[in-house]
Amino acid sequence: MSITELDRPAAPSLLSRMKPNLETLPTLAAVAIFIAMLIYGEVAYGRIVQFSTISNLLINNAYLIILAVGLTFVILTGGIDLSVGAVIAISSLVGVMLANAGWNPLIVIVLMILIGSVFGVASGVLIQYFNVQPFIATLAMMFLARGLASILSTTPQRLDDDSVIRSLSTQWKVYDGPKIDDLVTTPNVLIAALVVIVAFFMLHRTRFGRTVYAIGGSEQSALLMGLPVVRTKLLIYVISGTLAGLAAVVYTSKLGIAQNITGVGWELDAIAAVIIGGTLLTGGAGFVLGSVIGALVLGLMNVLITRDGGIPPEATTIITGGILLAFVLLQRFVVSRKRKS
Amino acid sequence: MSTPVARPSAAIRVITGLFHQPYVWAIVALLLLLVVNLTKNPAYLGVSVNAATGNLSGNVIDILRASAPIMMIAVGMTLVIATRGIDLSVGSVMAVAGAVSMEFMRNTGTGSFGTAVVAVLLALGISALLGTLNGILVSIVGLQPFITTLVMMLAGRGLAKVITSGQNTSATNETFRWIANGTFLGFPVVFVIAVLIVAVLAALVRRTALGLMIESIGINPKAARMAGIRPVGILISVYIVSAVLAGVAGIFSTASVMTVEVAKTGMTAEMDAILAVVIGGTSLAGGKFSLTGSIIGALLIATLDKTIVYMSIPSSATPAFKAVVIVIICLLQSPRVRSMFNRRRTRVIITDKETVPV
Repeated sequence: MSITELDRPAAPSLLSRMKPNLETLPTLAAVAIFIAMLIYGEVAYGRIVQFSTISNLLINNAYLIILAVGLTFVILTGGIDLSVGAVIAISSLVGVMLANAGWNPLIVIVLMILIGSVFGVASGVLIQYFNVQPFIATLAMMFLARGLASILSTTPQRLDDDSVIRSLSTQWKVYDGPKIDDLVTTPNVLIAALVVIVAFFMLHRTRFGRTVYAIGGSEQSALLMGLPVVRTKLLIYVISGTLAGLAAVVYTSKLGIAQNITGVGWELDAIAAVIIGGTLLTGGAGFVLGSVIGALVLGLMNVLITRDGGIPPEATTIITGGILLAFVLLQRFVVSRKRKS
Repeated sequence: MSTPVARPSAAIRVITGLFHQPYVWAIVALLLLLVVNLTKNPAYLGVSVNAATGNLSGNVIDILRASAPIMMIAVGMTLVIATRGIDLSVGSVMAVAGAVSMEFMRNTGTGSFGTAVVAVLLALGISALLGTLNGILVSIVGLQPFITTLVMMLAGRGLAKVITSGQNTSATNETFRWIANGTFLGFPVVFVIAVLIVAVLAALVRRTALGLMIESIGINPKAARMAGIRPVGILISVYIVSAVLAGVAGIFSTASVMTVEVAKTGMTAEMDAILAVVIGGTSLAGGKFSLTGSIIGALLIATLDKTIVYMSIPSSATPAFKAVVIVIICLLQSPRVRSMFNRRRTRVIITDKETVPV
């Protein structure tokens, strides 16, 4: 596989051709917004910039970070994956039911991840071999995954309290702060961090990663350059599906409850995280670390909404949608400026 | 039709002609479903007339009643898909329309005719507003339709919850209830309204150039623009029509129970609408559309839903089954499968993609 045959010096032409300041503007904007939200939260509500809040932010959003990393690959090529939320529903439902039936937890976890991969393969084949538009193929997979999940159960399924899978969300105290202000982490957060590191390495240091960017820039050119477009595009949907399966593991271990309506709208959260993080919706430019920032911005927004108490929690999706639209508009502005210069 | 069939005999021409009616399979499936029901109960298709009121009743009438909301969203979706777009927000718009009308009728408290009219107008008004927003974002801002309407799908569901403060709201109003449960000349009012709306729309797009313009945008937006067709107005109106029809569907489905379930009303309605459209032979890639096909598709879905209940099959399997049908139709519409079918006749069809070595 191309991932292992790596490490030639990064092609300078690709990077130098793009104006670095405009290229990084959306990501910088996301970082600025994150910091501004931190400061605003600290001033308005207090107890935001402290170890426990930041720890919880990471713990609660580990699954979203994983999803956003998967979608970064897809969106970088100019595609989309709408099935991730539904894949989480079917995967976590299967996982909880099998674990409660007494299956070996390790096998259950592997199965949960593989369910994601299978849906990824199906989307990829539909898109790559049958020329179905990405959003239609993954929309069909979303319907299918939700449909299968509702065959399994329409009531919440609870993971047994002594299940080994739950140990993935054991809280490890890294730094013992004053009172309850501790820096804690869970295996889930470490999994998310590992995913981010591997994805960063793959996207920026391997031939596969450069092919992903090339496809997003222009699929036709990538084909004419002899890049393995078919294999790469198939692979990114498998990656996205697999990471959705992994996100299901992380989410299930944390909450311990699975239902057929788990993850409704998470595809939008994940897309929003990627877009806020500075990846162009049309593909070709973006950073996986930006997506992490995007996921944290959304997570922090939820914290602030909860702390504020004045905004009904039902309005969260409206705000997420609004932010997503605002960032897409910002991208249009940046792209049109780039064309002019 | 210009098909590459060489000198067919008359019989073959009739058969291929039937094959080229895009919705012939939907009719076959519809008849099959009815036959399945008939085997369980030979009197399934019987329609009885209530002598006192003149109302028709029977399974077929039930199917017509159930098909009305699906017809509405399917027809709207057909027009949107014809312009190469998609409207994922129909289900949420249904919920918003239901929420607005129920909340209004509950708060005014009077069960009068006027209240019902205002409730309907409010519901349609807010639907049109959401549709306008979709249309502006797609046409003027140039956002991809699926992203725009995905945002609207989730934000709309949130909006419905905000309107009713997250509660399932009920109201009492006989006029409003009559829309869903009443009859007109023996037929369900919902079905009569749906047929009227479809007839007006069909006349609008097929008796004027509007339908051709919509198709031309879907077939080749650039060429359409060069031919002097302004896409902005058409796109916005298409999304408004889709949203308003979804609002009508929302009124239909909430009026029958006089309750809006903010988390459930219109759930997976977008799947039904897309399914009806693809069953009816309209390609998801845009371009040529068939309103008749979509209506047959809507009837098929309503029949399927009723059959599953009638045969006491667990209805939880329905969404997965529908999804599988969508996947299969997507495959059948794909160039690769089509060329596989065509190769037997012509043997020269090679798409651009396949000529490039990979």
